[in-house]
Amino acid sequence: MVDDVTPAGSGQVDPASLLPPEEPVHLLDPDGTLHEDPEYPVGLDDEALVELHRTMIVTRRIDREAINLQRQGQLGVYASCLGQEAAQVASAWALQDEDWIFPSYRELGAAIVRDVDPADLLHLFRGTWLSDHDPYEHRFALLSIPIGTQALHATGFAMGARLDGNPIVTVVYFGDGGTSEGDPHEAMTFAGVMRSPVVFFVQNNQYAISVPLSKQTAAPTLAHKAVGYGLPGYRCDGNDPLATYAVTRRAVERARAGHGPALIEALTYRMEAHTTSDDASRYRSDEELEAAALTDPIARLRNHLRRRDLLDDAMEQRFEEEAAERAQAVRDAIYDAPHGDPLELFDHVYVAPRADMAAQRDELRAELARRADDDGGAA
Amino acid sequence: MTVTLAQAINRALADAMAEDDRVLVFGEDVGRLGGVFRVTDGLQSRFGEQRCFDTPLAESGIIGTAIGLAMYGYRPVAEMQFDGFSYPAFEQLVSHLAKLRNRSRGTLTLPVTVRIPYGGGIGAVEHHSESPESYWVHTAGLTVVSPGTPEDGYAMVREAIASDDPVIVMEPKRRYWMKADVELPVTAPPSSEALVRREGTDVTIVCYGPMVRTALDAAEAAEDEGWSLEVLDLRSLSPMDTEAIVASVQRTGRAVVVHEAGRSLGLGAEVAARVQEAAFYHLEAPVLRATGFDTPYPPAKLEQYWLPDVDRILDLVERSLAY
Repeated sequence: MVDDVTPAGSGQVDPASLLPPEEPVHLLDPDGTLHEDPEYPVGLDDEALVELHRTMIVTRRIDREAINLQRQGQLGVYASCLGQEAAQVASAWALQDEDWIFPSYRELGAAIVRDVDPADLLHLFRGTWLSDHDPYEHRFALLSIPIGTQALHATGFAMGARLDGNPIVTVVYFGDGGTSEGDPHEAMTFAGVMRSPVVFFVQNNQYAISVPLSKQTAAPTLAHKAVGYGLPGYRCDGNDPLATYAVTRRAVERARAGHGPALIEALTYRMEAHTTSDDASRYRSDEELEAAALTDPIARLRNHLRRRDLLDDAMEQRFEEEAAERAQAVRDAIYDAPHGDPLELFDHVYVAPRADMAAQRDELRAELARRADDDGGAA
Repeated sequence: MTVTLAQAINRALADAMAEDDRVLVFGEDVGRLGGVFRVTDGLQSRFGEQRCFDTPLAESGIIGTAIGLAMYGYRPVAEMQFDGFSYPAFEQLVSHLAKLRNRSRGTLTLPVTVRIPYGGGIGAVEHHSESPESYWVHTAGLTVVSPGTPEDGYAMVREAIASDDPVIVMEPKRRYWMKADVELPVTAPPSSEALVRREGTDVTIVCYGPMVRTALDAAEAAEDEGWSLEVLDLRSLSPMDTEAIVASVQRTGRAVVVHEAGRSLGLGAEVAARVQEAAFYHLEAPVLRATGFDTPYPPAKLEQYWLPDVDRILDLVERSLAY
C-alpha cells in the first residue's frame, strides 16, 4: 500500500496500491502478546496505554448504566457499544485535539474521549431534547440517526478545512450496514476528487440490526469499497486497540499531510442487541456470542498491561470505582430529568424571527394556560 | 439597463462573492460551463476554482457537503441543476439542513442557499419541469422564496446568501430570459413581504414565481371583460405573508390562487385555508385554484394543456364573480 496517490481521475492510480491487506492488521493477541509491525507503529507510551485502558473501562461502565436506565424506563431506547470499545476509543485516540469527529448514534466511546458529557447525549434517548452538547467545544458533531448521512457532513467540513488551509482531519463513524447507503458513497466520491482530509471509519460489527454482513454485501471486504473511489482501504482488527490506534493514526496523518481520504474497516462485534428495543436471540446463537466474547477488547489490553506490569489490582480497582462514580453522575443527571419548556420548541427552528412561529408559540402558550387552569380546577 | 432574470441572479452571486470570501458557489456544471442556464457564467474565471467549482454528479453529496462547509464557517450556495434532480438530496434537505439548528438547540447555524431552477413551459424532457415547492414549504426549518421578476431575482438571492437560515430559492426557469429595465444592484422589500404587482378591485390573484407574469397577463386581458384583478406576488412561500393576502381579499372579497404545481396540497390549499380562517365574512365566493393537475408532469407537447394559463385563470375569475 502506498501513502501517496496521484490525483483522482488521472488514470494513473495503481488500483493495487489501494487494496486492503489480505489479513486485517492485528498487533495484540487475546492473551496480551504484542506483535509489532513496522508498517503500523503504535508509538504510545506506557502512561497513554494505561489511559486508553481506563477510558475503555469508563465507556463500558457508562454503556451498562445507559442500558440499566432504559430497563428502568428512564430512556426510551439505547444503542449499546458493548464490545466495540476498542474500535471507538482507540480510533478517537489517534486524532489531534482540533480534529473533528462525526458520529453515528452508537459512539459513546468516541464521545468520552472527547469529554462530551454522556448525559448530554442520553437526553436524545430519553427524549428530553435532541442534543445537548456544543459540537464546537468538543469537535464532536451531533449524533446522527439516519444511516451514513453524516459522512457527507464530515466530507464537507474537511473540504472547508482544506480550502481554509487548516491542517485538521475529520473522522466519520458508520457501520457495515451504512456502507450500503448512498451517502457514504457520494461522500467518498467527493472526498476522493477534492482530496479532502476525511477518514471513513467503518465499524463492521457484523450486523445491521438483524441482517448479517453476508446479506449486506457481496464485496470481498468492506475495505474494498474504497478502491472504486480512489481511496486506500485499510483493515484492522477492531477489537485490538493497538491495531485500531495504529491504523487510524496512519490514515489520519496521511490525510493531514495532504494525501487525501481513506477508508478503514475495523472488524468488531456488537455484543448487545442493536438497541434495547431489539431481541438479538431471534437471529443469532448463544454459541456465536460466546465465541465473540473471547475476542473482548478490554480483556486484551488488560492482559497486555498486566504482562508488562503496567497494571495491578489496586489500579484496576481504582479505575472501576472511578467508572462507577461517573456512571452514577450520568444516572443522577438523567434519572427523572424533566423535559424543558414546551415553548422552547419554537425557539431554534429559525435564526430570524418569524411571525408564523410566534403565532403558533402563542397558541401553545394559551393551550398550556388552559391546561394549567383545568388541572387547578380538578385539584 | 436591460437585464434578464438569469443575469440578475448571476450578478447577485458575483456581488455576494465579491463582498464575502466565505461565499462559495458549487454544483453540477456551474464552473467552467457557467451552469446549464448560464446563471453562474463567469464566476469561476473571476473568483477561481476554490470559490466556484463543479462537483461530482451527486445531489445528496452537494447538499450534504454544503452542510459540512457551513458548519466549518462558509456560506455555501449550492445549485440543484433541475427541480426533478433535487429529489436525491431530499434526505439531506429535510432531515439535516432543515433540522440541524433545532437539533443542536440553536448551536449550529447553517447559512446555506440552495438554488433550484423549477417549473415547466420550456418544452423540456421528463423530470425537468417539476414544481416541488410544497415539499420544502412543508419542512420546518427551511425558508422558501421564488422570484417573479429580475429585480427580485437579484434581491432574493442576495437576501438568501446573507441569511443565517437555510434558504431555498425556487428560480422559475421559463422566466430566466424575462427582461426588465433596471440598474443593478437593486434593493427590494424583504422577501417575507408579499407585493401587490397590480392593483384591482374585483378579484385577488395570488401567485408567485413563474405565474406572476401569467397573472399580470390575465389581469390585462380581464380589462376587456370589465374585470379589475389585483395581482399579489407572494415572493416568499415560507414564511407566507398571510396579512397581505388577507388584506387584499378583504378589499376584493374574492381570490384565485395560481401555481404550476399540482393542486392537492399545493400552496393554493394553504392560501385558501388561511383566507377562510382570517377573512371568512369578507368572502363573496370560495377561494379557487388555477393549478397544474394531479397527474405527473405531462410530455412536452402536452404541457400547454396542463399548465395554468391566462384562459384558465380567467375561467376561474368568471366562476368566482358568478357567486
